[in-house]
Amino acid sequence: MDIHIKTPITEETTKDLKSGDYVYITGTIYVARDAAHKRMIEALEHGEELPIDIKDSTIYYMGPSPAREGRPIGSAGPTTASRMDKYAPTLLDLGQKAMIGKGKRTKEVIDAIVRNKAVYFAAIGGAGALLSKCITKSEVICYDDLGAEAIRKIEVENFPVIVVVDREGNNLYETSIKEYCREE
Amino acid sequence: MIRTVKTEEIARNIKEMCIEANHYLSKDMDTAMKKAVQTEESELGKKILNQLQDNLKIADTETIPICQDTGMAVIFLEIGQDVHLEGEAIEDAVNEGVRQGYTEGFLRKSVVKDPIIRENTKDNTPAVIHYSIVPGEKIKITMAPKGFGSENMSRVFMLKPADGIEGVKNAILTAVKDAGPNACPPMVVGVGIGGTFEKCAILAKKALTRSVDEHSEIPYIKELEEEMLNQINRLGIGPGGLGGTTTALAVNINTYPTHIAGLPVAVNICCHVNRHVVRIV
Repeated sequence: MDIHIKTPITEETTKDLKSGDYVYITGTIYVARDAAHKRMIEALEHGEELPIDIKDSTIYYMGPSPAREGRPIGSAGPTTASRMDKYAPTLLDLGQKAMIGKGKRTKEVIDAIVRNKAVYFAAIGGAGALLSKCITKSEVICYDDLGAEAIRKIEVENFPVIVVVDREGNNLYETSIKEYCREE
Repeated sequence: MIRTVKTEEIARNIKEMCIEANHYLSKDMDTAMKKAVQTEESELGKKILNQLQDNLKIADTETIPICQDTGMAVIFLEIGQDVHLEGEAIEDAVNEGVRQGYTEGFLRKSVVKDPIIRENTKDNTPAVIHYSIVPGEKIKITMAPKGFGSENMSRVFMLKPADGIEGVKNAILTAVKDAGPNACPPMVVGVGIGGTFEKCAILAKKALTRSVDEHSEIPYIKELEEEMLNQINRLGIGPGGLGGTTTALAVNINTYPTHIAGLPVAVNICCHVNRHVVRIV
């Protein structure tokens, strides 16, 4: 099913999202990957505040290529989400509602999705040029020294994603593969 | 006859090849991707493959890298033994080419100076360079920038001789199953069989640079390539790992003699971009 949603993604939004739905997201989302996640978790451990407003936030796991002049961003496809598995449950427990990436997640992350009524979307891996066309604005908001790994706030318009793990814990990577598996 | 080649010419070629490889799909990959749109059985899989076609068009016409992970620059230099290199050291020239290509081409700088301290070098250097000395007076440059979504899912298996060809098949299927959606399928699977621990890994990497419409010249290896492609496409992983009949576009296998006690197998997985550009200087 094709669904159009607006950020912030809240519990109200996630209750209608089912594993396998094709979703177009419009609104503001954050961008962070490995090094930024490591720093955010370290900040929490030191009793500091997070540099982003985590409640009902959506984090896109991505590190763009540099923008050419006159463009908001360069190529901007998803990175492998499993590298953020160590950090994701903590952020979900603090209120993050949606993650966008690609690839499998651990049981701990899926449990945290269910516990917090959150959602894990996949964007198409390797479609960085196409996805960059759905990003209208991009601004580095902190950890600038991390270069491609800095935290950004971006505006997206009809950004295409697929619900992989919904808030019931259904996992499209497991169900869809079974449908086409013809192993002897 | 000794032929002199200036290393600055190598640098210039490498710079151009970094940019070319990251914006345009090679012809063999393009044909394979277009064919996959026709043969994929899953509706969602077909939709994803069509979007990847759109992605390639946008990358080409608007000069946006096909993927934001523009890779670590892997370069094979096959240098004719009758070539005399003149100018700055060849390694410095290669890295200068990578530096210019990634900076001027608006490509992502994805290399950290130290694997533990992890400070970005900010110009995507150094490259990983594999040199070999070959007959002749030319230099063959193969540029294959490698993204790490798929690189991280690659494996080396030190099998026993008794494991035989069935062991090799299991190793390939294990690596592909574990990679699943992480490696941005449809993938290209490069396999190295034989040699030593490091030799089989280099064989696998080199196999990825072979055109996906060409097979091994060894008859039983050609059969193994076809059989493995067929078996991988029956796993159900599909485009984006979201189910379907196109999990891999090709399985390329290279072999080398090995020790009486061993059967090393390396499986180097690459995504559907599988960048490889060749020039002869």
